[in-house]
Amino acid sequence: MVERIERDAGRFRQIVRGHVKENLRKYMSTGELIGRQGKDWVSIPVPQIDIPRFRFGRNQGGVGQGEGQPGDPLSGSEAGAGPGAGDQPGQHILEVEVSLDQLAEILAEELELPRIQPKGKAQVISEVNRYTSIRKVGPESLRHFKRTYREALKRQMLTGIYDPVSPRVVPFREDRRYRSWQTKLIPESNAVIFYMMDVSGSMGDTQKEIVRLTAFWIDTWLRSQYKKIEVRYIIHDAAAREVDQKTFYHTRESGGTIISSAYELCRAIIAQRYPADQWNIYGFHFSDGDNWGSDDNQKCAALLREHLLPASNLFCYGQVAAYRSSNQFLSTLRAIPEPEKLLTAEIPNKDSIYDAIKLFLGKGK
Amino acid sequence: MTGGLPSELARWADKIRGYAEEFGLDFPEVRFHLLDWKGINEVASYGGFPTRYPHWSYGMEYERMSKSYAYGLHRIYEMVINTDPCHAYLLASNNLIDQKLVMAHVYGHADFFKNNLWYAHTNRRMLDEMANHATRIYRYIERYGYEAVENLIDVGLSIDNLIDIHSPGIRRQPRPPDPALEAEPKTVKRIPSKEYMDSFVNPPDFLAAQKKRLEDETKQARRFPVASERDVMLFLVNHAPLETWEADVLDMLREEAYYFAPQGQTKIMNEGWASFWHSTIMTRRVLSDAEIIDYADHHSGTVAMHSGQLNPYKLGLELLRDVEERWDKGRFGREYDECDDRTRKATWDLKLGLGREKIFEVRRIYNDIGFVDQFLTEDFCERYKLFTYRWNPRTERYEIASRDFAAIKRQLLQSLTNFGQPIIAVEDGNYSNRGELYLRHQHEGVDLKLDYARDTLANLYAVWRRPVHLETALEGKGRTLLTFDGQAHIQKRLD
Repeated sequence: MVERIERDAGRFRQIVRGHVKENLRKYMSTGELIGRQGKDWVSIPVPQIDIPRFRFGRNQGGVGQGEGQPGDPLSGSEAGAGPGAGDQPGQHILEVEVSLDQLAEILAEELELPRIQPKGKAQVISEVNRYTSIRKVGPESLRHFKRTYREALKRQMLTGIYDPVSPRVVPFREDRRYRSWQTKLIPESNAVIFYMMDVSGSMGDTQKEIVRLTAFWIDTWLRSQYKKIEVRYIIHDAAAREVDQKTFYHTRESGGTIISSAYELCRAIIAQRYPADQWNIYGFHFSDGDNWGSDDNQKCAALLREHLLPASNLFCYGQVAAYRSSNQFLSTLRAIPEPEKLLTAEIPNKDSIYDAIKLFLGKGK
Repeated sequence: MTGGLPSELARWADKIRGYAEEFGLDFPEVRFHLLDWKGINEVASYGGFPTRYPHWSYGMEYERMSKSYAYGLHRIYEMVINTDPCHAYLLASNNLIDQKLVMAHVYGHADFFKNNLWYAHTNRRMLDEMANHATRIYRYIERYGYEAVENLIDVGLSIDNLIDIHSPGIRRQPRPPDPALEAEPKTVKRIPSKEYMDSFVNPPDFLAAQKKRLEDETKQARRFPVASERDVMLFLVNHAPLETWEADVLDMLREEAYYFAPQGQTKIMNEGWASFWHSTIMTRRVLSDAEIIDYADHHSGTVAMHSGQLNPYKLGLELLRDVEERWDKGRFGREYDECDDRTRKATWDLKLGLGREKIFEVRRIYNDIGFVDQFLTEDFCERYKLFTYRWNPRTERYEIASRDFAAIKRQLLQSLTNFGQPIIAVEDGNYSNRGELYLRHQHEGVDLKLDYARDTLANLYAVWRRPVHLETALEGKGRTLLTFDGQAHIQKRLD
């Protein structure tokens, strides 16, 4: 009986998964998933999964009971919360919960992302139990029958009780042997993500939304690849500072832009806290491409070449400007001969997030 | 799954059966099964039947129920199916007082299933029948593949409300008079001529061709179906270009739809009847002083009104009580209706004591429509503060529309008509002589939900394999024809 419902429920989840996969590009370009996120799951609105039937629309109305005058709103019916609307398409929507791991899996399948080969040794260490040894006490469920028998036999032979004609071996308590485990420490690789963003006046809300969406998908993927992940946020205008996630997305400054300040801060944090031989380091920088003069562009390039790129697995730059910016900074970065580690993309609108993610994460690093 | 009940519950089941019989309830043997919440959610997802064909919609229902159970949003109090013997499920984690309440409630349902006329045609061995359906569908899955069968079931379920709920009771398909008897039969006219000229004036092969043309015309004039067919499922099973197994699957779904239809027709009465009896049995016989509070708590939970919505348990229960009181006190008939002295009406009591007898009669012959039509009174609407509500597109919310008795009754009856489903019939199976399917929605003031309607048309197309049309009406747009031709949806105004 149980298998039956498990199979039907499994089939249902498979269908949901198919829907999510089909509509991944749409989900990636709208903010729908963010804000519906729990600790390790997201709630995804999936359209058209129930069985369509000829049925009545919204102007059916009904009969209720309670207090109230004609014209009063029906209690419990908030604006727009009515059950299903008339003729707008995609109104029958179901909320399904998908774990972040599953989402990452779907993302990988759809974008053909290779698994990441971690570098570096472990800092985080996980424990695995292996039953490899024997001891004299333990629970009966772990009793090692053969060893116990052997001990009993040995004892009987030594004390001369053993009779080969009638070989009866009766183990005592002292003869009993139990399986026992040894805890092995297995190194796990770990990773840190640096998100850097330009918060100068030229970065609008649309740009920040793009950054937020891109970062969500990067997070989802990297979290599925590493057991432990740390995320650091750096904002900069003319100067850089480290902030928490909320401040990162909500700060708006009016000053100019000196990108090298962020790279310098990132370098400093890495030097202090994240030795490159132990950490998988990811850097993601988003800006609209405006920078304070070409001197600073060169300074950034130097920082990248000498410090950031050697230390990190991947350093990605996303230019989120819609138009108007000069491409000088972008071309400076593109001139750096590190095609495997330094990736740059232009993300002028939400629709290009999909391709940017594919580029950033497609290297398997 | 036929696990015996723990002895205490078994003893109570026995006792409560005794009380129910003492009150005159008449039911087949009821078998209780004790399940944990997972089990009961599972059985409930399958509509109470442990063995049914596989389909993802059951899985979806299960996920939904498990989730809302986990969040404490709802739990299933009782689950009982209309079979002989009757099977009912108890949630193991419920406390004893709940179990007693549920058992009393279940005996009410069992009595209703057995005695209400609208259930007379249902198959009481449905447990076996459902299992047989499952076996057959499994065989088709093995033979034709999971996806093919699943796709067909998707389609079948999407149209399984297009049945003729009255057909088990009556013989429909009245035949219109034969047109041949009405008018002079058309024949090929010969031009009069001399005999030796006849083969030139009326060449035989020309005459033969004309005759054939006339025959073809009468054939085309013949309607198909002869009269409009409410049982769309049946029409498809008989006339759609289906493989044998496909027709069989649709036929099984149709049978199950007919089996469940009476429960849609008698929701208010059935729940009202069961609630009436659980409250009667519990308060008159079962409850000890210590249990009263818990009972009151759970009873009020089942009949509570949630945010202005009408609870069928509550409506049915109160209507039945109202009927009982009115017939006990003789508050019916012409004399009472025509009396306009309010104080006299309020104290009207002829001490007839006909109430019990009357409600047993009601449970035998009425379904929800007749019940509401006959017994919903203005007094009752006032006493229970009923109102109608409707969607206000301007404020984007539901608003109380009226407290007028006639409006309430009309609204209630409207929502109960055709077990709450739109009335849709096949008008033409050979529309514009191109083998297209033409359905007509009998529009009673409420529009169809358009996105669903379009998807359903696409599903109909999958079975009919020719373009399908649905004639309906839309608010502010008048009569409208929705068409799906295999590629695109077309919407056309008809007038």
